[in-house]
Amino acid sequence: MRFLLVVLAVLLSACAQQPPRDDSLYRDLGAMPGITRIVEGMLLNVARDPRIVEHFRHVDIQRLRNKLIEKFCVEAGGPCTYTGDSMAETHKGQNVTRSDFNALVEDLIASMDKEGIAVPVQNRLIARLAALRGEVIER
Amino acid sequence: MRFFLIGCLAALTVQTALADNGRLIATGGASSLEGAAGGGITPWAVLAGYGEQHEWGATAFATTVNLPDYRLDVAGLALAYDNRVELSFARQRFDLGTLVHRLNLPDDHLGQDVLGMKVRLFGDVIYDRLPQVSLGLEYKHQSNFDIPRLVGARRDSDVEGYLAASRLFMGAAFGYNVLVNGNLRYSRANETGLLGFGGDRRDRRSLLKEGSVAVLFNPRWAVGVEYREKPDNLSFAGESDWADVFVGYFPNKHVSVVLAYARLGEIATLADQNGTYLSVQGSF
Repeated sequence: MRFLLVVLAVLLSACAQQPPRDDSLYRDLGAMPGITRIVEGMLLNVARDPRIVEHFRHVDIQRLRNKLIEKFCVEAGGPCTYTGDSMAETHKGQNVTRSDFNALVEDLIASMDKEGIAVPVQNRLIARLAALRGEVIER
Repeated sequence: MRFFLIGCLAALTVQTALADNGRLIATGGASSLEGAAGGGITPWAVLAGYGEQHEWGATAFATTVNLPDYRLDVAGLALAYDNRVELSFARQRFDLGTLVHRLNLPDDHLGQDVLGMKVRLFGDVIYDRLPQVSLGLEYKHQSNFDIPRLVGARRDSDVEGYLAASRLFMGAAFGYNVLVNGNLRYSRANETGLLGFGGDRRDRRSLLKEGSVAVLFNPRWAVGVEYREKPDNLSFAGESDWADVFVGYFPNKHVSVVLAYARLGEIATLADQNGTYLSVQGSF
């Protein structure tokens, strides 16, 4: 029994030594409530955006909203699991152009501005999402 | 100049009708003195306007630099396609001020036209792993050569080239984005060409370093510094390297304003030519 406890203690300390996930961006974005508002604001901007709204015409917006919140949460280091399809999969055949991608970035920035997210925090999220650009455009 | 202002006003009034397609705000830069998209005294690797692939971008600009003894006025246009190639034109007029009477000069100003072409070779200023790198060529024609010839300039027109690299480092300065540009220019232009090309002291082109760093406090405001190395081809006067500190404001994708304090040093025997630089650009 004592042996088992020692093993358990060693295992636990090994776990504790794993670098903790950096969730500072997630917290700076306002955790789940903040990210939810940012995603919803962005989608409202998209709905009013003649440049790209056509891409979302036949999309289940409720599902998109939920998956985007998960995606943003994961990218921001939050305690979420992304349950949607891969970025490459979801954008296949959409022919998203470089300009379309930038338009979405602008709609996201406008939403974050409205939520009062500080520019350095915005930059961190955009940098994470910009890394996904290759899986989104020209598919 | 008046046409330019009317054009700007027209652009402002129709801007609601235009789609803000293309690249992100401020990535078209301002208009440099020689017409190419960039900062003020140096170009960047970015192309004029906001056109992405298969899109056009165009800019028109007016710049005035007020120095203690001189004044430089520039107006020009640039056209870019496909985020790949840019053509630009700039007309410069350099008023010689009091120097005209003191030296009994044949002209009261110097003038120059610059035709430029810039091609993006590879990379993207924001997204790519590589910096955006562009190659530029400029054909410059000095339009009243009497004074430059008098002081030892060898020719009234020339071609020069430059290689420009630009990169946005996201969040690099306390979380704010930083744009870094570096250029190598191969030129023998005296005072960028206003005093002709090549001289009695040196007639060959020199490899000249240029660079700028700008911090973007948000997508619409940039604050930075620029530096431009210059050759010293004429023996009648020294030619200083140029530098400036600037504030750029990009309220939307159709207008931008750059205000700078420029240290242009010695120009045509008069020292301490440091003053204000103001540039307005319309983008279409």
